[in-house]
Amino acid sequence: MTVDLFITCLNDALFPRTGEATTRLLERLGHSVRFNEAQTCCGQMHFNTGYQREALGIIRQFVNVFRDSEVVVAPSGSCVAMVRDLYPRAAEWAGDHALLREVMDLGTRVFELSEFLVNRLGLEDVGAYYPHRITYHPTCHAARVLRVGEAPLRLLQKVRGLTLVELPAADQCCGFGGTFSVKNADTSIAMMGDKVQNVMSTRAEACTAGDNSCLMHIGGGLSRLRSGTRVVHLAEILASTEQEVFA
Amino acid sequence: MSGGGIKPDVTFAKAAHGTLENAQMRRNLRHATTTIREKRLRAVAEVADWQELRTHGAAVKDHAMANLGQYLEELEASVQRAGGRVHWARGATEARAIVAQIAHSHGAREIIKVKSITTDEIELNGGLAEHGIHAVETDLAELIVQLAEDRPSHILVPAIHRNRSEIRELFQRKLGAELLTDEPKALAEAARVYLREKFLTTKVAISGANFAIAESGTVCVVESEGNGRMCVTLPEVLVSVMGIEKVLPTWEDAAVFLRLLPRSSTAERMNPYNSFWSGVREGDGPQEFHLVLLDNGRTDVLADEVGRQTLRCIRCSACLNVCPVYERTGGHAYGSVYPGPIGAILTPQLLDMKDKNANTLPFASSLCGACYDACPVKINIPEVLIYLRGKVAADKSPNIESIAMKSMAWIMGDARRFEMAIRLARIGQGPLVRDGAIHWLPGMLGGWTSARDMPAMPKQSFREWWRNRTSHPPAAHDPAGGPIAPQRPEEAERP
Repeated sequence: MTVDLFITCLNDALFPRTGEATTRLLERLGHSVRFNEAQTCCGQMHFNTGYQREALGIIRQFVNVFRDSEVVVAPSGSCVAMVRDLYPRAAEWAGDHALLREVMDLGTRVFELSEFLVNRLGLEDVGAYYPHRITYHPTCHAARVLRVGEAPLRLLQKVRGLTLVELPAADQCCGFGGTFSVKNADTSIAMMGDKVQNVMSTRAEACTAGDNSCLMHIGGGLSRLRSGTRVVHLAEILASTEQEVFA
Repeated sequence: MSGGGIKPDVTFAKAAHGTLENAQMRRNLRHATTTIREKRLRAVAEVADWQELRTHGAAVKDHAMANLGQYLEELEASVQRAGGRVHWARGATEARAIVAQIAHSHGAREIIKVKSITTDEIELNGGLAEHGIHAVETDLAELIVQLAEDRPSHILVPAIHRNRSEIRELFQRKLGAELLTDEPKALAEAARVYLREKFLTTKVAISGANFAIAESGTVCVVESEGNGRMCVTLPEVLVSVMGIEKVLPTWEDAAVFLRLLPRSSTAERMNPYNSFWSGVREGDGPQEFHLVLLDNGRTDVLADEVGRQTLRCIRCSACLNVCPVYERTGGHAYGSVYPGPIGAILTPQLLDMKDKNANTLPFASSLCGACYDACPVKINIPEVLIYLRGKVAADKSPNIESIAMKSMAWIMGDARRFEMAIRLARIGQGPLVRDGAIHWLPGMLGGWTSARDMPAMPKQSFREWWRNRTSHPPAAHDPAGGPIAPQRPEEAERP
């Protein structure tokens, strides 16, 4: 299958290793990966902060880039949730019926990485090797908007050498929330504090998730506390093998 | 006073900054919300068709809203037929005046109240006090809030932020009760002794309404303590104040909500007390009944196609109990009698999106979506939050944030501009990077670095890696090489 990679702006600029891992993983599974260099961002930050007119321009840009794709895969639950769940709202609120039809159609072809692997390709064992003690944080948009469910856990359970430890109160939001983390920094930090405590209570070497935005938030707290616990994107675990360690 | 209205005094961020420091309150809240969350999940799991029931509840409410004028007129006619009187109040001032006038006409100096957030919304107790009428709250938690001269912090459990020892101290001080322990039984008994006398001697009672059934003119209140049953049966005069969105067409519709509400709010299969009354009946219960229909901004909410789903709310408070923001800041941070996720969308809309402080409420959410999952009438709270953020942003004059957002949107409109921005940021971050991370950021972004490190930008963006790779394809199993994204804490940083 030819997979168009939507890397997301955050990964492109700050976490290229996650994109690299996603590429290697999909290629290892026998798919042909394409990266359309005209892509930028999904527009979520603008849309969710209230700059919906500005977001509309970014949304149209996304649609132009991926209009003809067979499948689009992104290593981010949040950005995919934006495309699938909120693009239709954006089009509706703008009264743009042509855009609405287009995003409804495109939305069915855009997948978050773990749901693509498990639900679309029917895979659980992707041949990964990662000999570490890991805990998994289900990010809110992957869990509640995309309903990826157990997909990430099933993938992790099949990773050789990996010890999966359950995260207490896993379903609680980490407190990132995009610009919420800055606009309501005190509240965001209070939520992050509880999440970090729960992560540390597992004595895991690293906390993983399918979204680098949430991981940047959790990891930022873990780093500030000099906890020694790191964060690692799910794609980097799944891409790692005996020959090549990604993170 | 118990009351408080819906106009926040300060922004959410400012109020939360204060409430987050109250460690005792945060412990009280965490304990209470965690307990009720688990109970609710069990209560909901018992109903096989819970999702269908939610959809049905939403549909009934939407239908009632779409034909609101018709059902309100039907309700009015039914209540009048049953011997009651109906009053229409456009706003809080009108509603307070109507209730005060009724109390006055009976020479009442004191009235008793069933727990009602709607009367708190219109600050009824304060309004009555201005007319020399003292309102006595008879719900245990509302009584606690009233005696403590506090504000409610939860829709269902107004004193959720208080613990037992705080309440024992309050009852000793205010009710002169001799309390040897803070056992719930002892606390309830102290309140009971105080309230029984009020029930038996007061002539006028005031209630809210969970629902009103248009076809028969029946008003319904569900509760757990029995104080409501006392209030709606013992006094001579009963006044019920209800928001116009509480009307339901038929008894059949009410049955849907009698299943949805208790499981969502108190996690019970059924409320211990379900009181229904239709007008007056000679020799049985109050001999005079008044229904006050309150608008107070609701028709404005109804006029908005996206915002109107807010009016489906049945005040169960499930969204508060699952909200990670509410759990940490508590209800007072919202500055309104409607706190939590529902408050964050209801309060600013009731104020017609014109109140500066209330307009910060839609931003008081990480958009985690737990509220939408829990809502028994499927109000898409995250969607409405985002929608209202759009209204707030559109009404604001240009500021640093809007300029930054507009510039970012311009950058994101073109991949070359985006790549240039990455390169510039990589240079710009230079002085801020220490040990592969950023520990301090200026201005608005300082909120991030006050407790979180920020990963430094790596030497190569993904698109640069991609380009490089396409021009020099790697051999199979060639270790990737290249820079490892420096968000990983450096070995040296670890303790």
